[in-house]
Amino acid sequence: MTALAIVWSILLAQVMLALAMAFALYRIIKGPRAQDRILGLDTLYINAMLMLLAFGIRTANTIYFETALIIALIGFASSIAFAKFLMRGEVIE
Amino acid sequence: MRAWYPYPLFSIALFLMWLLLNQSVAPGSIVLSLFLSTLLGWVMVKLQPSQSRLRRLGLMAGFALAVAADIIRSNVAVARIILRPRGKPANTGFMTVDVDLENENALALLACILTATPGTAWLEYDRRQKSLLLHVLDIDNEDLWRRTVKRYEAGLKEILE
Amino acid sequence: MNHLTDLPPWAAILVCGLLLLGAAMTLIGSLGLLRLPSFYDRLHAPTIATSGGTILICLASMLCFAVLQSRWIFHELLIIFFVTVTTPVTLMLLGQAALYRDRVKERSDVPRKPKPAAEPGSE
Repeated sequence: MTALAIVWSILLAQVMLALAMAFALYRIIKGPRAQDRILGLDTLYINAMLMLLAFGIRTANTIYFETALIIALIGFASSIAFAKFLMRGEVIE
Repeated sequence: MRAWYPYPLFSIALFLMWLLLNQSVAPGSIVLSLFLSTLLGWVMVKLQPSQSRLRRLGLMAGFALAVAADIIRSNVAVARIILRPRGKPANTGFMTVDVDLENENALALLACILTATPGTAWLEYDRRQKSLLLHVLDIDNEDLWRRTVKRYEAGLKEILE
Repeated sequence: MNHLTDLPPWAAILVCGLLLLGAAMTLIGSLGLLRLPSFYDRLHAPTIATSGGTILICLASMLCFAVLQSRWIFHELLIIFFVTVTTPVTLMLLGQAALYRDRVKERSDVPRKPKPAAEPGSE
């Protein structure tokens, strides 16, 4: 009984996270301006990271947590680079 | 000791983070993380960050709790604004606040706190005018935001300056 | 569902609650990204996903694996730390970039540079 409830609630959480990812993706595609797309990309990174955490709880596999950590770091670096690029037109000053 | 570790807090944080990333307290990883924290402490000397002493740990804990409570409250408020029906759009806008902080670290911390709070976003700080440009999601409560920023400013001054 | 059956009922309820609440917060944040009308409004939405969603979901997984005692629980702490420290920096830079671009385009709905105006290109 408990196990069934847990499985269903993890599934529900994953559906919600997938919907959140879809919203972020819509913002990337729709725009309308470059900064909106980057904001969408940043949100997509975070949502994907949370999705991986949910997978980790579901399967008890450590590798998901390593992946989530790496996605958090890489997402930060790329968003910063994009924002710098928008401001000056070049990444390294 | 000071000559070996010019930034002791930074070195301790690096040491702990390396152990956490490796998820082990085996002798090998302890030696490696000691080496790295010492080496990167020296690298930081070259970068010359502005130093400030952390004083009054009790005050810091109280400040952190107040910030956490504000963030939770603002999370709920912003969620309510987002879930509003389409007929009533949120009343958003820009506002400027005079902030008189000289310390670089205090300014950076203030920026992070204000941006991490969902209702407010830091946009620009003018050093000459000492004025801060914010975007807030709920401009009707402008006075409330102004008072909040002032409170943070006073708290950071007490802790860092 | 091999390992999840070992959870005692109170832990199971707590894990489920935290997980669902965190996912709901994330969904609300992304919904804000979808619904709010202007860029500066949308800038506020992702902070809900990070401050609310990430912390709650990480707490759920910490609790789950601490009760099961199957491994160390510290990776989630690192994730919470990284996300809460890095997201404000990203959003701040994005906000500044948007302000800069809007000023270059001379749009009327953003505040002007405060006077006395700095010479362009230097900040």
